[in-house]
Amino acid sequence: MIRDIAKIIKYQMHDNLRSKWIIGLFLFYSAASYWLISFSGDSSKVLLSLLNITIILNPLICIVFGTVYFYNNKNYIIFMLTQPVNRSVLFSGLYFGLIIPLTLSFLIGIGLPVIINLNLFLDTLHILSALLYTGVIQIFIFTGFSFFIAAINEDKLKGLGISIFIWLFFGILYDGLILFLLQILQDYPIEKIALGLILANPVDLGRILVIIEFDISALMGYTGAVFEDFFGKSLGTFISFLSLTIWFFIPFALSLVKFSKKDL
Amino acid sequence: MNWWIMLNRSGIKFIFLICLYFTFSFVYAGELKVGKGEHFATIKSALESSSPFDTIFISPGIYKERNIVIDKPLTLTGINYPIIDGEDKHEIFTVVSDSVVIQKIKFINSGVSFIDDNAAVKLDEVNNCIISDNIFEKNFFAVYLAKSSDCKVLNNKITSEKKSEASSGNGIHLWYCKNIEIVGNYISGHRDGIYFEFVESSSINNNISEHNLRYGLHFMFSDNCSYSQNEFSYNGAGVAVMFTKNVEMTDNTFKHNWGGASYGILLKDITDSKIYKNSFYKNSSGIYIEGSNRVEIKHNSFLENGWAIRLMANSMDNVFEKNNFIGNSFDVATNSTRNYNKFKNNYWSEYSGYDLDKNGIGDVPYRPVKLYSLIVEKNRPTLVLLRSLFVGILDSAEKIFPVLTPETLIDNFPSMKKL
Repeated sequence: MIRDIAKIIKYQMHDNLRSKWIIGLFLFYSAASYWLISFSGDSSKVLLSLLNITIILNPLICIVFGTVYFYNNKNYIIFMLTQPVNRSVLFSGLYFGLIIPLTLSFLIGIGLPVIINLNLFLDTLHILSALLYTGVIQIFIFTGFSFFIAAINEDKLKGLGISIFIWLFFGILYDGLILFLLQILQDYPIEKIALGLILANPVDLGRILVIIEFDISALMGYTGAVFEDFFGKSLGTFISFLSLTIWFFIPFALSLVKFSKKDL
Repeated sequence: MNWWIMLNRSGIKFIFLICLYFTFSFVYAGELKVGKGEHFATIKSALESSSPFDTIFISPGIYKERNIVIDKPLTLTGINYPIIDGEDKHEIFTVVSDSVVIQKIKFINSGVSFIDDNAAVKLDEVNNCIISDNIFEKNFFAVYLAKSSDCKVLNNKITSEKKSEASSGNGIHLWYCKNIEIVGNYISGHRDGIYFEFVESSSINNNISEHNLRYGLHFMFSDNCSYSQNEFSYNGAGVAVMFTKNVEMTDNTFKHNWGGASYGILLKDITDSKIYKNSFYKNSSGIYIEGSNRVEIKHNSFLENGWAIRLMANSMDNVFEKNNFIGNSFDVATNSTRNYNKFKNNYWSEYSGYDLDKNGIGDVPYRPVKLYSLIVEKNRPTLVLLRSLFVGILDSAEKIFPVLTPETLIDNFPSMKKL
């Protein structure tokens, strides 16, 4: 079974690299990273800009790319299913065949200029690693979402539209809703709700992991026991790390189930 | 001939002997030694038989003496830091005479009391005293000056164990004093590191005050004082400067003061003062300004603070000029849509304008107050949205059409380069 998955992954990766999209993505990431570093020369500024790329642009790229990829491989999928191949094997092969090149292009693209200028980041290596971890998990999550969306929608255009909406929702709208809710409920003790809502969104989780290091002096500017425990100690980092990791399985499992039952 | 020589010789001898006698007797009268095997076993007995301007040398050892009153102008010098123990009950030295010098002694355990301010060394209505190079450990109050003037507190190392605010005293406590110099001390673990109340024309230089329960420096009703080149870090509530005119704060470092009520400097009702060349690093709030007028804040650097400046609306005519604001979560926060303070020529790391005429001044004004900082000011839990894209969009929208942020709180001539 593993051998089958590996075979499909190998084929898919080969296919992906040939399409030059992944190469383009790698070039984009490395250009952005390199440009930011050489332009500002200040590690905290660079990291903040990289944060925006990691949690905003990166999910968008993954979800759109994933959806298109799934639709484009429709014929291949139908063909493969005529062979004695388990559906979950095929699905895992497709999924990992996409996220491995995506992850590599992200890590190497962002990482290469950083390694070249490593002495700039010596004090902030822990933030950088949190950032890269966040980015990788975002790739897993949003590629999972894209497969799920493509699996439940036959219509390409509709699927793409939903993908963009999902990205918009997690990236922007969700925070707007939180702000709205927190403003309505501001007379009540809402710390726990605020933190709970944040944990439910992978994009916010990635952001929290990074700002826990960056803006700790502002975050500690609020005297609430829950906040102090969460942000002041390593608890917050631990919980966000854990929730982010759990998040990785949700879209993957959802789409796997959907794909296994789908009538192609 | 022979007898002449004899006489001369014995004469010289005689004079020499007389000189020797007087020298010895003078030294004997001026120096008293305390310690095991010395002339005096206790400091108190030495004090009783001393006369003014004597020097008392205290040999190494532990002296469990208390409530020692120094009522003559004496110099007390420790040899290798003898320990004087207040046994957690009593005051140790009470100085009631002018011109007393206390140096190189280690004071421990002055007693906690809720009625008396028991201090390791208390100066009560005296002039010209010097407390220098001493070590203070686990005292309630360490150095306490009341109604004194022209004294110096130099190079002491003052530490205590943090307990609660109620059961801890202050490191260096001044009350109704004048012309005092506090230089080169290290203070930690007390309630307030340095406490000034009703003090005039005094200076605090080169001290380090850190890890105190409440304020690193607590400063009230103390006109015409100055503090410079001090370092205040990791204090419960930072530094508070209140109800005072003409304070000069220069070259100090304020860092790592974290908490909802913790400030680099808290300014409350301060007028006509100067805050120059200080550095604020990683504080929850760099400067919190309330009810203060005509304060000049220039050439400071605000680095990676939560809020660099929190400016309350009851402050007027303050000037913020040529400061560096770098990497703060919020540059300026305020609680009103009106502003009567001036911002000019500051460097803002978040500034994204351009400089077409290349004169080093940005061509587009910078608005340091963001919409989101107004929201956070009213509703703190919204801090979880810090640096999210949605908040960024809100801020940009507000930047283009300012409705809620104060329109006059603006830097019209932002510097393009770090100052």
